[in-house]
Amino acid sequence: MDNLCTGLCTLLLDGGFDAGLAQFLSLLVGVLLVSGVPLITVILLIWVERKVAARIQDRIGPNRVGPIGLLQTLADMIKLLSKEDITPTSADRLLYNAAPLVSFASVVLIWAVIPFTPFHYGVDLEIGALYFVAIASFGTLAIMVAGWASNNKYALLGAFRVVALLVSYEVPLVFALLAPVMLAGSMSLLDIVNAQSGMWFVILSPLAFVIFYVSSQAETGRAPFDLIEAESELVAGFNIEYSGMKFGMFFAAEFLHVFTNGILMAILFFGGWMGPLYYESPLIAFAWLGAKGGLIYLTTLWLRNTVPRLRIDQIMAFNWKCLVPLSIANIVAVSLALKVLQELDLAPRQLIGAGIGEMLPTTVVMLLINGAIGLYLLGILRRRGQEARREFQAASQAYAAAPAD
Amino acid sequence: MELNAVTIGFAVFTIFTLGGGFGVVTTRNLFQGTIWLMVSLFGVAGYFILLSAPFLAAVQILVYIGAIAILITFAVMLTRSVTRIKVRYIRLLPSFIGSLLVFLILLFGITVPIFGGQLPEAAPQTVASTRDLGAALVSEHGYVVPFMLASVLLTGAMIGAIFIARDEKA
Repeated sequence: MDNLCTGLCTLLLDGGFDAGLAQFLSLLVGVLLVSGVPLITVILLIWVERKVAARIQDRIGPNRVGPIGLLQTLADMIKLLSKEDITPTSADRLLYNAAPLVSFASVVLIWAVIPFTPFHYGVDLEIGALYFVAIASFGTLAIMVAGWASNNKYALLGAFRVVALLVSYEVPLVFALLAPVMLAGSMSLLDIVNAQSGMWFVILSPLAFVIFYVSSQAETGRAPFDLIEAESELVAGFNIEYSGMKFGMFFAAEFLHVFTNGILMAILFFGGWMGPLYYESPLIAFAWLGAKGGLIYLTTLWLRNTVPRLRIDQIMAFNWKCLVPLSIANIVAVSLALKVLQELDLAPRQLIGAGIGEMLPTTVVMLLINGAIGLYLLGILRRRGQEARREFQAASQAYAAAPAD
Repeated sequence: MELNAVTIGFAVFTIFTLGGGFGVVTTRNLFQGTIWLMVSLFGVAGYFILLSAPFLAAVQILVYIGAIAILITFAVMLTRSVTRIKVRYIRLLPSFIGSLLVFLILLFGITVPIFGGQLPEAAPQTVASTRDLGAALVSEHGYVVPFMLASVLLTGAMIGAIFIARDEKA
């Protein structure tokens, strides 16, 4: 427990504080910082998301409050806070009020394990990757509780859909997460980043990245998987009865979750803070992580605003018949290839701290395997698509040929 | 007993576990009951953390709260009119005797080996990391046979469930 006292803590000790108090204060500041970063970012993120969506839809977006609309979110927040806080009379009061809190907490808690720089992270858990999956399951729970406690059939229907979607897409998400974990030989996010010093995992295992990307898009309930809030079918989905800041918390949780997933993908697949000159200063390392995460975040926004919504049966079929088998095949291929290469001494036994040179044979083999699986998958998908199109044409011809009533 | 972070944590998680359990048996509403069950399971996950087994804690949350409890809520919500039960369970005496017996068996089963009888040799202080756990699970000297048996059992249960739920005409 002695090594806990570093940085600010030693400063406080020198300032004449009690040892226990100094440790407690420095930990408190750390906790506040780690939980404060996402809380502040989300205010900006909502503005970014609205601006990007507006540009894609050929609009300008928020532009009235503050310079280029930057203060729009603050104005919205004040509006939400001053709104009437309604609890339906037949709602389950305790659960109804707890759901938004759990929903938001499930996203903020993920930030506890995110390594911002080699030296700055909330906590380096031995089970970091598993922690992320476990915490994410609270989000599912919050939506379920919100849908049920509202005592509204649209909310309940919305919740049913979401939970079916989230539980299903958790399977490929976890399998995809296994690829970086196996490559790094550790579940700690810090180790996973360090293991990418030679080669980013997105190059070693592009399929895992694609699966993770698609399923995290589904986990956040974004288009094309946004039937959580299919307005035309469900009015608003599970959060229909919520007003004011309670709705705002669901809203903020969703926006923050998308960005968190961007940062997570940067850490798991794009080498986190790795980049030119990252060792010079923690600020540069942090900037690299932010830039990578931000870029991935932007692509998810792009995707969200350009693709139409899928039907629930299509989403489920895509998950269970395509993503899950693919992710299992990917896991088998990655683990087998890595072990064989290590036995042949072509791959380093320990990826942490490996150089680019050592990683070259592994990279080539991994890319070839991933490419082969990918091409095979594309072939299957193309055949499926052609079949579906033929069926549709036959059906529409039969319809046109049928005598009208 | 010394009052430190571990003691306070133990107290908090005990409140979670026992309070959740109390909620499960007292609430009249099945959905609320499952939520209380999750609270209780969350407390157990806290115990695992106090016992320096973070992997088990994460698995506890992931499997019990993230999967099983969610499925229970699903089943509860899909079953009609279970959220407003009017019937009361009246056979309180037999259940009281039954639970008392189980409690006593557990009480003596746990306390007698610790306080009564001869104390066993001090257990070796092992710190098992997640890596050790994984190695033990698949090594031939470890738990590979129970592990495989459990897998077969689960697969059998899953096939059985599909067989029962399957529509005969399809």
